[in-house]
Amino acid sequence: MGILVSLLAVIVLILIVYLGVGVANLQFVFGVIVPYVAMVTFFAGIIYRVMKWASAPVPFRIPTTGGQQKSLPWITAARFDNPYTTAGVIGRIALEVLLFRSLFRNTRVELREGPKLAYYWEKWLWLAALMFHWSFLIILLRHLRLFTDPVPYFVSLLEGIDGFLRVGLQGLFITDILIVAAATYLFIRRVIIPQVRYISLPADYFPLFLILGIVLSGVLMRYFFRVDVTAVKELAMGLVTFSPKVPEEGIGVLFYTHLFLVSVLGAYFPFSKLVHMGGIFLTPTRNLPNNSRAFRHINPWNYPVKVHSYEEYEEEFREKMKKVGLPVEKE
Amino acid sequence: MIRMRDKPYIILGLVIFLGLLAFPFWYNVGKASAAPEPSLDTPAIRQLSQKQCVEARSYMRKSHMQLLNDWRNWVVRDGDRIYVAENGKKYEISLQNSCLQCHSNKAQFCDQCHNYVGVAPDCWTCHIEPEENK
Repeated sequence: MGILVSLLAVIVLILIVYLGVGVANLQFVFGVIVPYVAMVTFFAGIIYRVMKWASAPVPFRIPTTGGQQKSLPWITAARFDNPYTTAGVIGRIALEVLLFRSLFRNTRVELREGPKLAYYWEKWLWLAALMFHWSFLIILLRHLRLFTDPVPYFVSLLEGIDGFLRVGLQGLFITDILIVAAATYLFIRRVIIPQVRYISLPADYFPLFLILGIVLSGVLMRYFFRVDVTAVKELAMGLVTFSPKVPEEGIGVLFYTHLFLVSVLGAYFPFSKLVHMGGIFLTPTRNLPNNSRAFRHINPWNYPVKVHSYEEYEEEFREKMKKVGLPVEKE
Repeated sequence: MIRMRDKPYIILGLVIFLGLLAFPFWYNVGKASAAPEPSLDTPAIRQLSQKQCVEARSYMRKSHMQLLNDWRNWVVRDGDRIYVAENGKKYEISLQNSCLQCHSNKAQFCDQCHNYVGVAPDCWTCHIEPEENK
């Protein structure tokens, strides 16, 4: 159900472009207005989401731990799995963001006859996720060649390394193959594992289909149905220098499909689970050092509590207490 | 309003992140970027009565690299040196003798767009780079 709804949504998006650009010739709308609206939505949305997270109170240390806590000096503490210093936390987050360390611990659980609980080695999810995210980043950075003039050296360098496989005259980008393979794997995994399929919602399928649509339209443009790259860059440069104009040389509908799907992704990003990009840094179970036993943490917004101690109480009622024969501490 | 203890750090991180994302916007500030204008002004082209490349202009703009790749394969692998264009006209398949005959101005023609979009085609690892006509 979720699959069909999401697939249909992406197909409708593609149809919108085909009608908008292919039939109604609204190049300016899809080439300038939609990307700008998407950019503004993305930036504003990210700021909104992060500030909303920032205003959530985190009065206590609630790190999840996966190793020995820092205790006596002769017991080796797990520096990253149970961090107790800021450096340890930074290391933990960095490993998480760059290498998906906690996903690496993923295992497959099965209840076998007996009944016996069995854990299996399962690194494919980690591998596919890592391939997908790194490819996405490198592809994004490669696209800077269309948004910068002159093209910075690191972009050309990255492109050279990524495209060192040569098929025909052009570089075949390794990341293009990896991202298609990884996204396909992640989709198939979602569908064929019953438990994963059961918990999958349109919010899971839609971004997957959207990204697959973006990737495939990009791959088609680069390797199969070519577009006028110079005209594409003219459009892109117009956008980033705030002097937008649709180039005189027409660009095909395929390009506008790519651009529109990217715009939709950008606008959808801050309001979907894709904001885990920012959320990973603000996860209290990851970004707090586990030092509750070493330091006393006082809730910073505790108000001063009015107390009435027993001493004061006795001071106030001593005479009355004596009269009824209650024991008092001071005579 | 809940007080935010880590607000300065979070805002710093957010500013850095958004600053990095906005890289194309500030990188291009103050750099004049003009769309390339490949020059068709060469002696050979001037003499042409009908100024038309082997295929239509829009096709050449999009797919000249594909065409050159096919040409290379046909000549080197199949020994086929005749290209029949869409309109039936025949051309000799040769970079030096066909393409560069007209486009003898590599710096004003090829390099214009190639530098603009940041591609470095490796034509000249095998072919002799044309000497610019003054």
